[in-house]
Amino acid sequence: MEVCGSPAVTLREFGCEQSLLSRPDGSASFIQGDTSVLAAAYGPAEVKVSKEIYDRATLDVLIQPKVGLPSVRERAQEQCVRETCEASLLLSLHPRSSLTLILQLIHDDGSILSCFLNAACMALMDAGLPMSFLFCGVTCAIDVDGQIITDPTAAQEKESRAVMTFAIDSKEHKVMMSSTKGSFSVNELQQCVAVSQKASEKIFQFYRDSVKRRYSKIL
Amino acid sequence: MKETLLSNCERDFLLQAIAEKKRLDGRQTYDYRKMKITFGTDYGCCFVDLGKTRVMAQVSCELVAPKESRPNEGIMFFNIELSPMASPTFEQGRQSELSVKLNRQLERCLRNSKCIDTESLCVVSGEKVWKIRVDVHVLNHDGNLMDVASIAAITALCHFRRPDVSIQGDEVTVYSPEERDPIPLSIYHMPISVSFSFFQQGTYLLVDPCEREERVMDGLLMIAMNKHREICSIQSSGGIMLLKEQVMRCSKIASVKVSEITELLIKALENDKKARKEGGRCGFAESMPQERITALKFEETSVEMTDVAERASDVVQGAEAPPLMVPSPVVPVPGVGQVGLGLQNTWGLEEEDDDEEEEAEECANRGEEGEEKVTKMEVERHKKDASREEDVVVLSDSEEEEVVVLHPETSAKTPNTAGPRSHQNGAATSKKRKKK
Repeated sequence: MEVCGSPAVTLREFGCEQSLLSRPDGSASFIQGDTSVLAAAYGPAEVKVSKEIYDRATLDVLIQPKVGLPSVRERAQEQCVRETCEASLLLSLHPRSSLTLILQLIHDDGSILSCFLNAACMALMDAGLPMSFLFCGVTCAIDVDGQIITDPTAAQEKESRAVMTFAIDSKEHKVMMSSTKGSFSVNELQQCVAVSQKASEKIFQFYRDSVKRRYSKIL
Repeated sequence: MKETLLSNCERDFLLQAIAEKKRLDGRQTYDYRKMKITFGTDYGCCFVDLGKTRVMAQVSCELVAPKESRPNEGIMFFNIELSPMASPTFEQGRQSELSVKLNRQLERCLRNSKCIDTESLCVVSGEKVWKIRVDVHVLNHDGNLMDVASIAAITALCHFRRPDVSIQGDEVTVYSPEERDPIPLSIYHMPISVSFSFFQQGTYLLVDPCEREERVMDGLLMIAMNKHREICSIQSSGGIMLLKEQVMRCSKIASVKVSEITELLIKALENDKKARKEGGRCGFAESMPQERITALKFEETSVEMTDVAERASDVVQGAEAPPLMVPSPVVPVPGVGQVGLGLQNTWGLEEEDDDEEEEAEECANRGEEGEEKVTKMEVERHKKDASREEDVVVLSDSEEEEVVVLHPETSAKTPNTAGPRSHQNGAATSKKRKKK
């Protein structure tokens, strides 16, 4: 059950491009290894009367798979992403408005939910929507030997005993959302949380560098 | 979201500019915008950019039973998804007029022109054929969706490789891509659609309209052609009346454009084939432009795990131990289970024991599983609960006008408790439902 902590776990190379679509208010593509996701954010915009909330903005998250229509799996992922975004966005600044976040799966090579979360955060940043903190997603897998792997590929996910995704916030590095599959002990869970918190620091540094680069030419 | 109206001055400006042979982005009348074709990691995935319009196409296949009328032909299925990402007016799941129009045109362009050899998709005649599914996702709508969708669809079909199949007698073996190289589809010709937009009742014509130009156009003529100058499909919408010469002129322009686009398409396919042969990584990740200021890439980084184990064990020890004793469910009557005592009623209603009743009623749903666990339950606890319930019943018995015994077959003690309680359960549930 114990993890031999000496081999360092790695995050695959990640990349991001912002403002790549002209119609949405904010758009970003996020790539983790071969897993890539395209995110677009619209808002604050007009909301349907049936969906309006009197004191907050209504957040809609849509996840589009590559083949076929969205099914139950996409709905479950949408719920995870929506709850994370609602916790970080300052929704009360735009009452009776709608914020729409659309995530298009481009290629799935493992860690897809964390890629959705990262792309969502970058798209919301690009759209300029006010947030109280940023968030990122990290996926951990526990393989049959009990080793913790971060950012697993699809092949690694298939072989592992448990796969967990955590959304970590940027202010206090606490867990905002967790989605797990498989069986694991309490100890293993806490270790994965600790590893994810460490990995999230790298991702937040990446966010900072991206935005710094983006605005480097503006005086 | 509702479409933002186009202001009159914007409309007048656009029409005036077109009358003076000027376009918003500086193009000439017959010019296409800059086109870029890239491919994804797996076979059958391609991205086409035409100016700012972006579209992604993905081809997939599966083995299905063929149609009754055509037992030795494969099935082709086309789907254009107008993603809400492309425009704020597109809604998820809603079949808008535009979506129906585009789907129908793509089907006519690709299926009716018989560009794919469907007989080669047959595996076992009458039983198993390949169903090829083409999903086109519109990512950004800046005009001329039909052209881009047709280019993306035919490119993705050319790029796609289906698994190899072998038949030995009655056995059909489908090989995975690792076992045997997948084989491409047999494509006869590549139909590509070219769109012409007409303004001022057919006086002015523009090729490849952008989104603004589409808003002010009167009608659209779509010609689907292949590089052999064969017209695969032609469609005129918008109710404009065109002269024969105009249509002939448009088809000549279309043939020139189609040959240019086909050349670009074939070159892109060859480049991708070469890159894959060399073993390099290909896909969306690779085609991300590096030199842009809005793009950034980080190499593979390692995460330190030095004090992870200690932090984890600290947290686990600091946390409260989970309760070892779990309250077991109690079954006073078959079909009704109770776990725990429930909370204090804070509603201030007449019946204080409503909570207990509601708790019991909720547990009734779990009663089945409670019952299985509880078949060996002690009788003493049952009696204790029953006696407690009897007190409860006594309190409210006076308020009941009618006592309805619903479980007459149970023991003598229980009908008194079960009857009014069940009646109250019914009342509680009906109250609950009313509140809902």
